[in-house]
Amino acid sequence: MVAVTSSRTAVVTLPTDTQIQITREFNAPRHLVYRAWTTPDLIKRWWSGDRGEVTLADVDLRVGGAWRYVMTAHGSFEVGFHGEYREIVPNERIVSTEVYEGAPDGEAVNTVTFTEKDGRTLVTILVQHSCQEHRDAHLNSGMEDGMQEAMDHLEQVAVSLD
Amino acid sequence: MARAATTADAFNAVAEPRRRQILDVLAAGERPVNDLVTLLGLAQPLVSKHLRVLREVGLVDVRDEGRQRMYRLNGQPLKPIYDWVKNYELSWTRRFDQLDVVLAELNEKEHEDGRGDE
Repeated sequence: MVAVTSSRTAVVTLPTDTQIQITREFNAPRHLVYRAWTTPDLIKRWWSGDRGEVTLADVDLRVGGAWRYVMTAHGSFEVGFHGEYREIVPNERIVSTEVYEGAPDGEAVNTVTFTEKDGRTLVTILVQHSCQEHRDAHLNSGMEDGMQEAMDHLEQVAVSLD
Repeated sequence: MARAATTADAFNAVAEPRRRQILDVLAAGERPVNDLVTLLGLAQPLVSKHLRVLREVGLVDVRDEGRQRMYRLNGQPLKPIYDWVKNYELSWTRRFDQLDVVLAELNEKEHEDGRGDE
């Protein structure tokens, strides 16, 4: 319903009141996408986007194993996420719980699916929240990130005026 | 906290799954109310009630054609919802841009290793 169509853009849709779905195609076979998705040293290189540095990426990739990522947003504040793996099908599917440590009540269940076609991989992340309130708060956190970026850009502009 | 009225804005109007279904049908083109009743399998008073909510927030327009009332989608009020989601989308887009860089490297390494085996 709500989507942007461009192969370079992550496409976010809201399939139900309690879900968020994110899809994106990558120019690589799925075993490589899976590797980049599950290897701590590689996760550290992409997971924060351009919003900071990943200072911790713990991955205990087995059913019942824990994961935790911590990001320092441009040296200012830390944000942590953690959860537990519930289902692992190598190169195909990972189901895990996710808790944003800033709002620990809202545990979500994430299902990540890797589908390969002609050497390219479609990644689909389905985020299932327990209620709409938590789903909406999750989306709003993206809004705050946007605000943070805006403030950072403002800071850059301010510095360049010196 | 009291729930906001369904007619307050598009966010509340589309919170109801049946109303989103109506919008999905109308996205394909203008329809008389009878078509919506058939397609959704709902009683006509219920469909009319949903259409009234959608009209009040401006998501559907209506016109009379002979004895029929024709309903069509007006997407403009969906813009704030789109903008809201787009911000979240942007953070994933940036994250995936970085992942592209990592994948390009892995791809290259694998090709080099592949050649080494030959």
